[in-house]
Amino acid sequence: MINIAVNKNFEERGGDFYINFKLAINHGELVTIFGGSGVGKTTLLRIIAGLITPDSGSLEACSEIWFHDVQKINVKPQKRNVGFVFQDFALFPHLSVRDNLLFALPKGDDIAIISCLIEIMELGHIQNRKPETLSGGQKQRVALARALVQKPQILLLDEPLSSLDSSMRFKLQNYLLEVHKRFDLTTIMVSHDVAETIKMSDRVVVIKDGMVATYGTPLEVFSDHYSKEKSIVKGAVLAIDKATNHVSVLLGTQVVRIELSKEKLKGLQVGNEIRLEVKAAL
Amino acid sequence: MDWTPLFLTFKLALITTVILMVFSVPIAYWLAFSKSKIKPVFEALVSMPLVLPPTVLGFYLLVAFSPSNNFGNWLETWLGLRLIFSFEGLVFASIIYSLPFMVHPLQAGLSQVPKSIIDASYVLGKSRIETLIKVLLPNIKPSILTGLVLTFAHTIGEFGVVLMIGGNIPGQTKVASIAIFDEVEALNYGAANQYSFLLFAISFTILLMVYLVNGNKINRYIK
Repeated sequence: MINIAVNKNFEERGGDFYINFKLAINHGELVTIFGGSGVGKTTLLRIIAGLITPDSGSLEACSEIWFHDVQKINVKPQKRNVGFVFQDFALFPHLSVRDNLLFALPKGDDIAIISCLIEIMELGHIQNRKPETLSGGQKQRVALARALVQKPQILLLDEPLSSLDSSMRFKLQNYLLEVHKRFDLTTIMVSHDVAETIKMSDRVVVIKDGMVATYGTPLEVFSDHYSKEKSIVKGAVLAIDKATNHVSVLLGTQVVRIELSKEKLKGLQVGNEIRLEVKAAL
Repeated sequence: MDWTPLFLTFKLALITTVILMVFSVPIAYWLAFSKSKIKPVFEALVSMPLVLPPTVLGFYLLVAFSPSNNFGNWLETWLGLRLIFSFEGLVFASIIYSLPFMVHPLQAGLSQVPKSIIDASYVLGKSRIETLIKVLLPNIKPSILTGLVLTFAHTIGEFGVVLMIGGNIPGQTKVASIAIFDEVEALNYGAANQYSFLLFAISFTILLMVYLVNGNKINRYIK
């Protein structure tokens, strides 16, 4: 459905940055692009949308060639018909919610889809308001609705939920999943949240330094490959109680108190990383 | 009091502003978004009237448009346009002289529009021109207003260029600023005061309106 094999060199202040993406995505999949900041996640989305032109390679989507260096093909972003939800939502500030959606309606298309999307995304009560008066979650829904007006086959989401609090995030994750199925989309989402990625994606692409490092199902990508009874987790030492030989360790968002032998306590300082063995207990 | 110079001043300012509005949008668009290496050359050219003595500009325009020169001759023979000592010439000179006052606010406004909403427009199938008209221009209204008013006010304040290329022909090129000079030369201080006071009051009102509407946005364009 989408076949990507592209290269590009960016000249930046901190030195050159080279990207080389090779990736095949099937129709109807929800794929998450995962990785730290500055590794090229957004760049991949922008290349698919046509907002960045690769130096070389090819890009095929929806049974069409969108970019090919040898054949000198480069379909404009206007002609690719992808839905794109930007990280800052990119709503047009001078247009109301409804007009933002109308803006996206191709000439001659049935206007009924606007009302339909307003209903699905529950935007009826805010449809006449300007974007600046909306909350983050509302803006997100408007951006998503607007991206669907053109009835795209491919939906690109650039960290769509990163600016929302956790309860709104959870609600919108479900929205996204529903939309993905209902409109039979191939969705590519950028995220750096492991829990979100595991919940939402069919497959995960891990990107490191401009390259595809791993590609697989979320469990394949995120879990240890070898089965064993014990697993090692790392934590940071928060406090040391020498009187009782206890240390407080931060594991994720949880603080645990562990007793250590005197020898092990020696030389340990607050801020050190320590490894803990974890075993399942039922 | 003869109202003709004042009338002529406002006619000149209005025509100049309207024409500059149309021409400055593509220039400002190019300056705001182009990555061309020769852009600084054009930026410098557009800004020249800010620093150049008006007489320099007036002198070169006078030389270029003089019917005794090739270009001036060509204009007169083929287009029937005589640009020296005529109102048309004043309009042309004013357009060049006030160019930065329209282009700079537009350019600043355009380059402050978030990149993502331009990208969003492209992805939603809108061409560059459609994006300019439907997305960019509506989002830089304060900059457009600033450009319009500054151009208008600056054209009212012209003196050197007008005198060089237009001379002092009543009803044709004798605008208010020239009339003031004329009256002072004739030791007619009462009439000079009338023109001066009117220009002062009108200019002040215009600028005050802009400041009230735009906050402090036009500070950096006024020296």
